Amino acid sequence: MTEHIDLEQSLHMYEQMAKIRAFEEKVNELYKSAKMPGLAHLYSGEEAVAVGVCEALKRDDYITSTHRGHGHCLAKGAKVDRMFAELLGKEAGYCRGKGGSMHIADPDSGNLGANAIVGGSMGIATGAAMSAKMRKSGQVAVCFFGDGALGQGLFYEVANMAALWKLPVIYVCENNLYGEYTHHTETAAGEFIARAQAFGIHTEIVDGQDVHAVYATMQKLVERARRGEGPAFLQCNTYRYYGHHVGDINRAYYRAKDEEADWRANRDPLTILATRLIAQKLTDASVIARIDAEVNAEVETGVAFALDAPFPDVREVNEDVYA
Amino acid sequence: MSEPREITYAQAVREALRQAMQRDPQVFLLGEDIGVYGGAFGVTDGLLDEFGSERVRDTPLSEAVIAGTAIGAAVTGMRPVAEIQFMDFITLAMEQLVLQAAKMRYMFGGKARVPMVLRTPAGSGTGAAAQHSESLEAWFVHVPGLKVVMPSTPYDAKGLLLAAIADDNPVIFIEHKLLYKTKGFVPEEYYTLPLATSEIKRKGKDLTLIATSVLVARALEAATQLAQEGIEIEIIDPRTLKPLDTAAMIQSVCKTGKALVVHEAPMTGGFGGEIVAQLCASEAFDFLDAPIRRLAGLDVPIPYNRELEKRAVPQVADIVREARALVRGEY
Repeated sequence: MTEHIDLEQSLHMYEQMAKIRAFEEKVNELYKSAKMPGLAHLYSGEEAVAVGVCEALKRDDYITSTHRGHGHCLAKGAKVDRMFAELLGKEAGYCRGKGGSMHIADPDSGNLGANAIVGGSMGIATGAAMSAKMRKSGQVAVCFFGDGALGQGLFYEVANMAALWKLPVIYVCENNLYGEYTHHTETAAGEFIARAQAFGIHTEIVDGQDVHAVYATMQKLVERARRGEGPAFLQCNTYRYYGHHVGDINRAYYRAKDEEADWRANRDPLTILATRLIAQKLTDASVIARIDAEVNAEVETGVAFALDAPFPDVREVNEDVYA
Repeated sequence: MSEPREITYAQAVREALRQAMQRDPQVFLLGEDIGVYGGAFGVTDGLLDEFGSERVRDTPLSEAVIAGTAIGAAVTGMRPVAEIQFMDFITLAMEQLVLQAAKMRYMFGGKARVPMVLRTPAGSGTGAAAQHSESLEAWFVHVPGLKVVMPSTPYDAKGLLLAAIADDNPVIFIEHKLLYKTKGFVPEEYYTLPLATSEIKRKGKDLTLIATSVLVARALEAATQLAQEGIEIEIIDPRTLKPLDTAAMIQSVCKTGKALVVHEAPMTGGFGGEIVAQLCASEAFDFLDAPIRRLAGLDVPIPYNRELEKRAVPQVADIVREARALVRGEY
């Protein structure tokens, strides 16, 4: 997997992951200082999945995202400043302040929206793939969802239809071990991939902490989808560093602190990539430090922009219900 | 325009689908058994041969994904027209319609368009019992972001369906099983009717009767009977429940001073309550000389037995009795 590393692309993927990490740390701060209302579900720890997947896509390929969607949005090309603006309910936000954390969408970068209903976007992604196939556009659609979404019946309906119609859709299951506050072994019987295999869908399991592995596998799946070989199911094993949402602070009752510490210390996607690049003498720590500094500065600038940005006029409450 | 021919409601719907597909390559159909079989009520019969299986898609029996893929296709440039075989089955697609299709544009700050139509036959009268006879229009009227259309004649069905397909919003298009075989004059050409205009189906001075779908036909029959007694009923069909055009009904009640609202769906929480509220909040209130009455389905599931089934929803005789009582000042 690592023998043909393109350094420039690897550093780009590092930058994207570092940006997501810095973004989420800032979101946590905003929430804790009561500057942000509502709910936010942090993506920290899972960065290699969004970045590895989106790196294999073109700008006009589609994604649908989840309640834990900031990473997907940024990886697909959304800008930090307008993301923060949306989280703060500002007019400059991607949804003019009407969507918030769980509904950020950016059709210009192929992002058909985060979705607060677990599994709720599976039909939309599948329909986007159907549309791409009908229009012969060559686009593919990626549907992100978590392990918890396998409890939703919609998955079995879309998997059946996508397989029957050989749709160019890739179902990316982010297995971060917990659906809300419950370990997947208590909520999902059998193997995850067996569900897709039952429909004859091509499946892969990948280490979701290794961005190279995610990217390389995803590239194969995208190519076969573009060739008309139909849907695929990619299980990415990963971990969320924080709780189900930002308010889920004391987690010991459902997962051990040692487990959290172990993932952070030994399975961190940024560390894994940086260590590999340095060990192979492709880069050095100063380059990594420079990228970290750059993305931190981008996040600081972005949040400052968003904090200063105006709220939408309250009269907008009635706008955009209908086209 | 050429001379209108007399065709059935089902033929009018089919003609609208055909003309929409001929005009716009982005329009396609999906639903259960709509292709080879031609649809549970034969509405899409022949369209598979004409347009092929890419544009007339027989789907699995999976209502949620019929709705879901329609949304995904709509938001990426297509104009899907989905069929839900019986309106009852729409319950299986509710999340996709209510939480996704209806809200997408608003949640995204106006950056998405969801130009999809979901056609579905509603209503009782076929002996199909409680899970194939629902009239659920009030649920959808209550969801911002959806439009709800409920045509009562072949002419309205064609023009409103073509307008719904051309509309950039998700539209729930409710047909009625008992209307499919009814006939009416319909122009052969492509035409649209605006999705926000009611129509006066009969002129009268003694009572304003507002009815939807199959109840419009029953109201017309009742009006013919009452005319023999010298009672002249004005019948207004909203045609589109959302957006709702209240101008004609308000004007009519100002003239007649009496209003009767009639629909098939159960009374409690039914759309008739909304019409009554709109009338009461309008200038028509000052002209009322009797309470506004509602005649609606009983608050029961639709029963199987033919006689019980008839009893569960307003029939012509019920309308005659209620209208006569209202006009005679019995309320």
